[in-house]
Amino acid sequence: MAISAGARRQQNEMEHQQRGSETLLSIEGISKYFDDALAVDNVSLDIRKGEIFALLGASGSGKSTLLRMMAGFEVPTEGRIILDGEDITWQPPYQRQINMMFQSYALFPHMTVEQNVAFGLRQDKLARDVIAERVQRMLKLVHMEKYARRKPHQLSGGQRQRVALARSLAKQPKLLLLDEPMGALDKKLRTEMQLEVVDILENVGVTCVMVTHDQEEAMTMADRIAIMDEGYIQQVGSPVDVYESPVNRMVAEFIGSVNLFEGEIIADEGDHMRLHCADLEREIYIGHGVSSSAEDLAMLYALRPEKTWLSLQQPEGDTNWSSGIVHDIAYLGGHSVYHVRLPSGKIVQCFLANTERRAERPTWDDEVYIHWSDDSGVVIRP
Amino acid sequence: MSRRRFSLSTLCFWLGIVFLYAPMLVLIVYSFNSSRLVTVWAGWSTKWYGELFRDEQLMTAVWRSFQVAFYAATAAVLIGLLASVVMVRYTRFKGRTLFSGMITAPLVMPDVVIGLSMLLLFVAAAQTIGWPPHRGLLTVWIAHTTFCIAYSTVVISSRLREMDQSLEEAALDLGAPPLTAFFKVTLPIIAPSILSAWLLSFTLSLDDVVIASFVTGPGATTLPIEVFSSVKLGVTPKVNALATIIIGIVSMVALGSWFVSRRMDERHKASLRMAAGA
Repeated sequence: MAISAGARRQQNEMEHQQRGSETLLSIEGISKYFDDALAVDNVSLDIRKGEIFALLGASGSGKSTLLRMMAGFEVPTEGRIILDGEDITWQPPYQRQINMMFQSYALFPHMTVEQNVAFGLRQDKLARDVIAERVQRMLKLVHMEKYARRKPHQLSGGQRQRVALARSLAKQPKLLLLDEPMGALDKKLRTEMQLEVVDILENVGVTCVMVTHDQEEAMTMADRIAIMDEGYIQQVGSPVDVYESPVNRMVAEFIGSVNLFEGEIIADEGDHMRLHCADLEREIYIGHGVSSSAEDLAMLYALRPEKTWLSLQQPEGDTNWSSGIVHDIAYLGGHSVYHVRLPSGKIVQCFLANTERRAERPTWDDEVYIHWSDDSGVVIRP
Repeated sequence: MSRRRFSLSTLCFWLGIVFLYAPMLVLIVYSFNSSRLVTVWAGWSTKWYGELFRDEQLMTAVWRSFQVAFYAATAAVLIGLLASVVMVRYTRFKGRTLFSGMITAPLVMPDVVIGLSMLLLFVAAAQTIGWPPHRGLLTVWIAHTTFCIAYSTVVISSRLREMDQSLEEAALDLGAPPLTAFFKVTLPIIAPSILSAWLLSFTLSLDDVVIASFVTGPGATTLPIEVFSSVKLGVTPKVNALATIIIGIVSMVALGSWFVSRRMDERHKASLRMAAGA
């Protein structure tokens, strides 16, 4: 699954380059106040043609409000929304060439699957046979031809989602919005549908903005991710960008797990730098320099648990390691999470891949060493 | 053995049933009484049913009551629907709390108070603007509509509040202007509540004697008033016969709707099983 997503991403990258990353939707300095509460804070974004873009954030981060402004259900207090060169800020939802798949799917309970998919086309007053043909094509696309006469309550969760997707694609919108697309599904179905939905979207070639609080979902499905917090966009980038090079503490902590060390620069050369950190016995050595302003020496070192190693012997060299005691172990099958208590009292997480079935591993209260390489972590300004 | 054993809950059950239905049973039995006196049994007869249909005054009252109930229920449901949409969908307007409080006030207001105030209003209005010209079916209809609005608003607005608002948004999103969205999506979905609000209003109007007797006028005697005033002169078994017919109709409607909803429920479950099996 990772392979297919990766291959697709590469292909998309190539297409973007060919098309020169044309912008489909521009959000220009959008803010939204509800009474006095600021929900979205001066957000600017460009969505490229053909990409799947994810707005990722915790609940209350303003991601849903932003999506609803794109759909036209909310009017921004400030700023403009431009779709394909046309200012749609004040356009009502029923005039926008944007369709949305709702979190609850919002299938009309009194209509059959067919009628649900046809609803949007009927509003456009298309000819009967054109509608019938398009509905058939859409149902085929989502593999629901057999269920055309069913009512929504006769379908399972996954089937409802397919119908909702077909309905929102039927009008061939310029932009498709997905609100928590997998929110109503159980975990197993979720992983399955994530890839299938991506396949369908690609098949159609529609540009898509999705909102989710599930980082795994965003990383599986999206080409680019925007991380939102308190109405503000913290970082925009590919899944690899936001995971491997978080720009600030919030992003680093939000995506995956991370160990953060507060430290101070003691040497910053062109090709390497050293950090002193009160929690660690040894200095941190980083294989590249950071162009830091001289007066601000305080830094954060973000180290992902899977980029550390655990050993019983003291590592070679005099940087990038620390001793500790195994405080807790969570065996998760594929890997185990070790919580190691450093001499300073700080607990550090470390993943250990379970590559052998019943190998000898450190156990509770063992004295261990955690270590990492020159380029394992990221330096972040606090 | 164990089935015959005395148990407190069975006793309570039967006491409850008797408490609820014994009066009606007595009424039904006495409607077949051949005696002219309501309380004296003199053998079986169906003659009072014949008498009933020959009593024009009573039959006119029945027809009149049904008309008033029909129009009052229809008007109350229309206004109640509008009020519900305003209350539930337009959350931010001035005086909203006051409005939703006021609209349900007749629920707790004694009928006597409503009847009296309606009467005063009609009299004052007739004196100042000359309308309504006289009290009659029109004023009964207006008065019934007023208090039925409260009930129908409560029924419809609770369903509207339950309804997933994203359904309407989905309709808008798919290109339906607000009015189309309302008629094609919202209305069909809340239709059951509209029907039950209508039936409730219909029954309430049909049932009302207090308010109607305040605001009615000559030539506009509704069935409950007719029955009520005939009691003063001594009830004839005709009234029993009429009541029996009404009980029959009501039970048939109730049974029918129960049967239909059970059938639909079963079909729903069967299709769910099918969907799960497929």
